[in-house]
Amino acid sequence: MLQELYQEVILDHSKSPRNSGVIDEPSHQAEGFNPFCGDQVKVMLIVDEGLIQEIRFSGQGCAISQASASMMTQAVKGHTVAEARDIFKTFHKAVTEDDEPDIDVLNELASLCGVKAYPSRIKCATLAWHAMEEALENHA
Amino acid sequence: MSLPSSIRCQFPALQQEVNGRPLVYLDSAATSQKPQRVIDAVSNFYETSCANVNRGAYELGRRSTNLYEGARTLLQEFIGAEHSEEIIFTKGCTEAINLAANSWSAEYLEYEDVILVSEMEHHANIVPWQMAAERHGARVIPIPVTFDCEIDLDQFESLLREEPVKMVAVKHICNATGTINPIEQIATMAKEAGSAVMIDGAQGLAHQRVSVKDLPIDFYAMASHKAYGPMGIGALYGKREVLRELPPYQGGGDMIRAVSFEDTTYRKPPGRFEAGTQNPADAAGFAEALRFISEVGVEALHQHETEIRIAAEKMLQDAGADIVGSPKEKAGIISFVLPRIHPHDFSTFSDQLGAAIRTGHHCCMPLMSSLGLPGTARVSLAAYNSIEDLNVLIEAIESARRIFA
Ligand SMILES: Cc1ncc(COP(=O)(O)O)c(C=O)c1O
Repeated sequence: MLQELYQEVILDHSKSPRNSGVIDEPSHQAEGFNPFCGDQVKVMLIVDEGLIQEIRFSGQGCAISQASASMMTQAVKGHTVAEARDIFKTFHKAVTEDDEPDIDVLNELASLCGVKAYPSRIKCATLAWHAMEEALENHA
Repeated sequence: MSLPSSIRCQFPALQQEVNGRPLVYLDSAATSQKPQRVIDAVSNFYETSCANVNRGAYELGRRSTNLYEGARTLLQEFIGAEHSEEIIFTKGCTEAINLAANSWSAEYLEYEDVILVSEMEHHANIVPWQMAAERHGARVIPIPVTFDCEIDLDQFESLLREEPVKMVAVKHICNATGTINPIEQIATMAKEAGSAVMIDGAQGLAHQRVSVKDLPIDFYAMASHKAYGPMGIGALYGKREVLRELPPYQGGGDMIRAVSFEDTTYRKPPGRFEAGTQNPADAAGFAEALRFISEVGVEALHQHETEIRIAAEKMLQDAGADIVGSPKEKAGIISFVLPRIHPHDFSTFSDQLGAAIRTGHHCCMPLMSSLGLPGTARVSLAAYNSIEDLNVLIEAIESARRIFA
């Protein structure tokens, strides 16, 4: 059962996260906390003319939150802010609602849908996303 | 184990399955499960004695008041207090600490005074002091904790020497690591330096006997729900001479002697600190929980939990876990980390097997940062646990390692 939650692609992202690290002079940034377990993530972006040129994250957390942050950076980089928000909407639906996930939009992110069966872990999967959304709102 | 396994049968919540497996409850430091007799005491109050305390001059009012004051006297005897008026009921340990932090600080805390709290404190014994310090222009300074997870007494001594310390606030037993702090020694050192002392006894009540009248402390804070009693009630013990000097915490009904727009006067302790409708239902349950603990015996409980803890630590280490902290005196609490497996991931594996453990920072974020850990997995033991309960945890570790190795 838990093999479904912890698919290979998730383990891979959590062990070697993509775009982890800091951006020295981000145009947007925000931090997310999960007070329940202490997970913490900081998302930094460089947005230029509505386009996400660069995105990185730092922090620590469980495999789900790390993998989700890593996949998120890949999914939104090179997209517009509006597109990034749409991807988050699609992702959020996929990890909270029962409908079939939109694989075309989500790609690897669809592997995180397993958290639906573990309600206490959904916040882990969405932590970095909420931080990104806040970053984009605060300083856009 | 030293306690009969039949004790478990007294706890109805433990007779259920979770995720298709018998529930194994290993989170008693968060809250303990309740024996049937405690549940009955609470519902019995509502069935037979429901009335406001200290108000109605009729039979139910008398019953309710008797149950409430009876609980006070029982708690007084249980912790070895000299007078029942030294026991103030609160809604929990957090409120007990807030009460002391507010009322004591209002009377005594001055600009640039120092409050020492240990680095291992629960947020409940840090934040109220920070808030009080902010109000009065005082400072909160942490007492460092050693690598073994003990309060560093040498550093504590230096702080007492170098700073104008007015209050020392430390926990009796650490909910994150199980450390039993030498509260008598700490309090004696603090008193010699002219400081007041608050002990956070949230984890103490059901695990270590105290005799507060023999301790040089001002306050001892408690929670019923961590000691087999109901949620929603706790208590602050305060020495009589100390409480008598303190202003009220909250204003309202019951805490006053007389109210007028010219001059409102307050009752003596404990009434002064118990504003509004009190919680006799849970006080009755709290009292029943204390009777339960007394019958089993605090020493027997500690011995039972210690035997399981020692065996469990070995099992966990054999399964590859690193135990966090190695204090000389330890309660039935084990914090551990697993190489390459985040505690939060691990908790899903144990939950899947019906085991309830806590993972995270255990409301001790400063301690976790000083240990350089994002969090730990924690097992905490009580009367109803047995060493077999640990088998499930080992099974969870093995299944997590199959995925994360
Ligand atoms: C050491 C310690 N202090 C204070 C508290 C707060 O107790 P309560 O939540 O019952 O107010 C706890 C509870 O986790 C604790 O473990």
